Amino acid sequence: MAKKIVSMKVNGKAVEEAVEPRTLLIHFLREKLNLTGAHIGCETSHCGACTVDIDGASVKACTHLAVQCEGSQVLTVEGLANAGVLHAVQEGFYKEHGLQCGFCTPGMLMRAYRFLQENPNPTEAEIRAGMAGNLCRCTGYQNIVKAVQYAAAKLQQTAKEAA
Amino acid sequence: MIPPSFDYHAPKTVGEALGLLGSLGSDAKLLAGGHSLLPMMKLRFAQPAHLIDLNRIPELRGICEDGNDVVIGAMTSENELIASPVLRAKVPLLAEAPKLIADPQVRNRGTIGGDIAHGDPGNDHPAISLALDATLHIEGRGGRRSVKADDFYLGLYTTALAEDEILTAIRVPAFAQGTGWAYEKLKRKTGDWATAGAAVVLRLNGGVVSHVRIALTNVAPTALRAHAAEKALLGQAITPATLQAAADAAMAVCDPAADLRGNEEYKTAMAGQMVKRAIQAAAARCA
Amino acid sequence: MNAPDKDALDRMAALQGMGDARLRKEDARFIQGKGNYVDDIKLPGMLHMDIVRSPVAHARIKKIDKSEALKVPGVIAVLTADDLKPLKLHWMPTLAGDVAAVLADEKVHFQMQEVAVVIAEDRYAAADGVEAVQVEYEELPVVLDPHEALKPDAPVLREDLAGKTTGAHGPREHHNHIFTWDAGDKAATDAAFAQAPVTVKENIFYPRVHPCPLETCGCVASFDPVRGELTTHITSQAPHVVRTVVSLLSGIPESKVRIISPDIGGGFGNKVGIYPGYVCAIVSSIVLGRPVKWVEDRIENISSTAFARDYHMEGELAATPDGRILALRTHVVADHGAFDACADPTKFPAGLFHICSGSYDIPAAYAQVKGVYTNKAPGGVAYRCSFRVTEAVYLIERMVDVLAQKLGMDKAEIRAKNFVRKEQFPYKSAFGFEYDSGDYHTALTKVLDAVDYKALRAEQAARRADPNATHLMGIGLVTFTEVVGAGPSKMCDILGVGMFDSCEIRIHPTGSAIARMGTITQGQGHQTTYAQIIATELGIPSEVIQVEEGDTSTAPYGLGTYGSRSTPVAGAAIALAARKIHAKARKIAAHLLEVGEADLDWEIDRFHVKGDPARHKTMKDIAWASYNNVPAGLEMGLEAVHYYDPPNFTYPFGIYLAVVDIDRATGETKVRRFYALDDCGTRINPMIIEGQIHGGLTEGFAVAMGQQMPFDAQGNLLGNTLMDYFLPTFVETPHWETDHTVTPSPHHPIGAKGVAESPHVGSIPTFTSAVVDAFAHVGVTQLTMPHSAFNVWKTLKATGLAL
Repeated sequence: MAKKIVSMKVNGKAVEEAVEPRTLLIHFLREKLNLTGAHIGCETSHCGACTVDIDGASVKACTHLAVQCEGSQVLTVEGLANAGVLHAVQEGFYKEHGLQCGFCTPGMLMRAYRFLQENPNPTEAEIRAGMAGNLCRCTGYQNIVKAVQYAAAKLQQTAKEAA
Repeated sequence: MIPPSFDYHAPKTVGEALGLLGSLGSDAKLLAGGHSLLPMMKLRFAQPAHLIDLNRIPELRGICEDGNDVVIGAMTSENELIASPVLRAKVPLLAEAPKLIADPQVRNRGTIGGDIAHGDPGNDHPAISLALDATLHIEGRGGRRSVKADDFYLGLYTTALAEDEILTAIRVPAFAQGTGWAYEKLKRKTGDWATAGAAVVLRLNGGVVSHVRIALTNVAPTALRAHAAEKALLGQAITPATLQAAADAAMAVCDPAADLRGNEEYKTAMAGQMVKRAIQAAAARCA
Repeated sequence: MNAPDKDALDRMAALQGMGDARLRKEDARFIQGKGNYVDDIKLPGMLHMDIVRSPVAHARIKKIDKSEALKVPGVIAVLTADDLKPLKLHWMPTLAGDVAAVLADEKVHFQMQEVAVVIAEDRYAAADGVEAVQVEYEELPVVLDPHEALKPDAPVLREDLAGKTTGAHGPREHHNHIFTWDAGDKAATDAAFAQAPVTVKENIFYPRVHPCPLETCGCVASFDPVRGELTTHITSQAPHVVRTVVSLLSGIPESKVRIISPDIGGGFGNKVGIYPGYVCAIVSSIVLGRPVKWVEDRIENISSTAFARDYHMEGELAATPDGRILALRTHVVADHGAFDACADPTKFPAGLFHICSGSYDIPAAYAQVKGVYTNKAPGGVAYRCSFRVTEAVYLIERMVDVLAQKLGMDKAEIRAKNFVRKEQFPYKSAFGFEYDSGDYHTALTKVLDAVDYKALRAEQAARRADPNATHLMGIGLVTFTEVVGAGPSKMCDILGVGMFDSCEIRIHPTGSAIARMGTITQGQGHQTTYAQIIATELGIPSEVIQVEEGDTSTAPYGLGTYGSRSTPVAGAAIALAARKIHAKARKIAAHLLEVGEADLDWEIDRFHVKGDPARHKTMKDIAWASYNNVPAGLEMGLEAVHYYDPPNFTYPFGIYLAVVDIDRATGETKVRRFYALDDCGTRINPMIIEGQIHGGLTEGFAVAMGQQMPFDAQGNLLGNTLMDYFLPTFVETPHWETDHTVTPSPHHPIGAKGVAESPHVGSIPTFTSAVVDAFAHVGVTQLTMPHSAFNVWKTLKATGLAL
């Protein structure tokens, strides 16, 4: 089937490539753009290791076609830090030991990033429900909850200071 | 993991989409949220030669009030339903129940229209639409028509939607004052389909049930309206006896498929449990 | 606090050595999406491989037609067993002394078995190619129950073993029989049972489950035809073993084989064995002269890679009327699947199952295990089991509960009564294990006090007396001892290579260091914890100690990471290598300070002259000097290597208690509380230990409460996707409370025993204990996992307790 040209912004940078319509966004990111942060953990859209941020929403890149990103703004884990300064969620995962093997981590970070914008002051139950689309086998989630709480506090503090 | 090849179309209007459906026929499938269709294609259970993406059609989106009804564009995502102040005020069941569907990422893409049109007995919106007495708005090349939810779900993966038609909107009457509602869904884990689910909308008048609609998820080849259960409640107070009578009547119409969630006996029993819980939760909201 | 003490504390803190809950050194790359996993690796000219798999469980292959597949654009080659035959690679030896098909040779033995491989320019073309390969099967009757498999008229599964009456582990009794292994004293045990006032017997099935790490298995094989060198990046928990095996299979000398385990997204025992996918990728790369990548899907991972458990255990205890255990007897039928690929040390076809006398002082014991072939995927030892220790602990802990129930004794009381006492260590069990150290009574008391056990039992009694209670309450208690740290080479070898491990350390002139070990982390934090050991031993901050593992061209030979062996074995090698450096450093310090070695004291990070702390040399000073000013007769440099052959296993232990509430209407079980006390001896990094405990408890929760691998009558594996295979989310996962005691291992250089098989080994029987306890008042003594809502509901119905 004929390839289609797709144009989008990824981590703020304009991208234009020819892709087969069937090319999954996860493969487009990992293989075409060499952004290997987002990972593949399943083929049934359950594990969330592929989670990225598209036009302000958390999306599983394995269940999204590259061609569907025409004109979209895509943010991946590689775009989270700002000029070498880690985002609060990245700092939180480090400080609270929210990762072990690291495979689920990019998806967790991208989801936490968006979740805290949806809900800046969440309870533990809300964090657990809000992150329920991301699976982890190593941590048992407990420290990830603490990592998100750390990031929430830091972001609120930063917002206060900016105000 | 890799879907087979297909051609991709992204129409901007319903008319354009219908034109494509007409010309491509059964070689084409509509792409809504994609979280039922794309996984099937990745496992190569579905191999359409063409995908018609509905995500770029503005007229399929939006939630608005029309008289006493709320009209919801078929391509409204689950998260948009949850976030809708109109739904929260007028049809709160539709703002709350989607929280039990899938997970946060899937809810950004999954749509009410896709959930309804697929004809999958495991999906939640069919039973919810039955409990809401919803009307489905459909458009084909021949024009527009409406079908009541009661007449829409025909069989396993079969609805009243013809192959060359598109579901465009769901119309739901706003809740009258004092309407109670609930959706109880038993599942093995967050994100799973229902082992059994029950949607209830009811009103009380002078301590007895004056209006009730009960519908069941995933305990038959389609979502089920539990008419006999409703009859057992109508005109009655909600007591342990009438609750059990309603549950028994609901269980009597169940015809679930055994799977790893449970056998027929368990799923039927759980339908009864979910009906009881949903009636009680709905009654508690009838303030 | 006077100045010297504060200074010492500051210097100690600066090391961030052993005992420090320091943050991890490896995190930087993972939190920025810069990890280096196998599927991240791209090499010029790289091809992709995908696998054609059998849809049926037992069949003859009548025909394989590659022609349509070869026409698919991008497909380069299709290989079957016939293509591997000239290379004698269509079968390969397993770690258990059997052979396994690489590609099905005339017959398939389990659903999803590898039948052919397609190599293509990209993974999309490879997938299209797989669809296009046409295979004709003639189905054969399927054998799924190992007891059925041993019946005289059972279908023959392994035609390739026809006539072979002896296997790798002794005589074979039947065409589907693999081995019979036993341990303990049968005569003494039978005698004890014959005379015992009280006996209990229970059938305890530990169902098949799968480790399901988030990253599936895969490799990038790259043969350089110009240099004749093979490099393979691979998801392997044992890269050196892979190198040796690959060299033997391919004929390429080990010196020209380089195996690299890069970042690994979870192992949990799933990534120990050598899978057909690896072999085919390597062969393809050699034949085609280009790199070949193979990464499996999740369905392939669950369906064909190393499963765990599938042990049908009959347990018996003999006891006195007041609950003193006299003997343990167990007979096990072990379902190994179609090939015996169990990743056990050679001499132990049932792993370390004979740790099943547990934490108890049992005078006589006997265990027998029969391994059997069925039409299922091969494996058996995986999923944090430390070589069947999960099965062993499950058996004994269930049996002690059964005995307690029979005698009407409290489940904590009976355990305390039978514990090996502190004074008895080192303790030789009836099976011959010499437990290094333990203090079970202290740990038990600590847990029971922490949860107010008496109050919980009172609450349970009140709940049982209340006819309107909507929930049953259960209290589960497990007091486990596990055996890890495989292992002494005289007992433990993998394919003949002793299970030692190794470490080399080199200090640089300016005082930082590099260290390499024969193990490989898959999330356990070795880059941090290993540096912490060295930091404490040598007084160099862990922050500047670079730890590398996984590249066989640089790392000293080791047997890899599984079964909590890294700290007991490699950790000891690290300490001893460091002590060799320490000894040399003392010589250099003495030389620099112009005193005798005996005139020096070592303190935190420096040698100082006895009684004169102002005259000192730090390890940093010594590092510089080692490159330009060493005493006569001593070589320059400051490095050492140590290969450590452990004298014994180590025996971590734990006390776990769970409180559950079961919904009588639906069968759903809520874990109200889970208290986990672990004793792993010396604790290197409490934060890392706690994190691994959380993860192991969560995996245990998943196994006990939902994971299953059901087969239908045709041998189709049901539920092999994450829709059905239960991986709990944030929402289902309970909150874990962790605690610890510290009982160091006397035979280990730093007293450490290893950790994190334990939460898996210990939690699973705890959940079963709790759920059964909820029904104990109506006579239920055992319930088979998983304790899903559906399964528990069936018990509610059967006992008349359903609402």
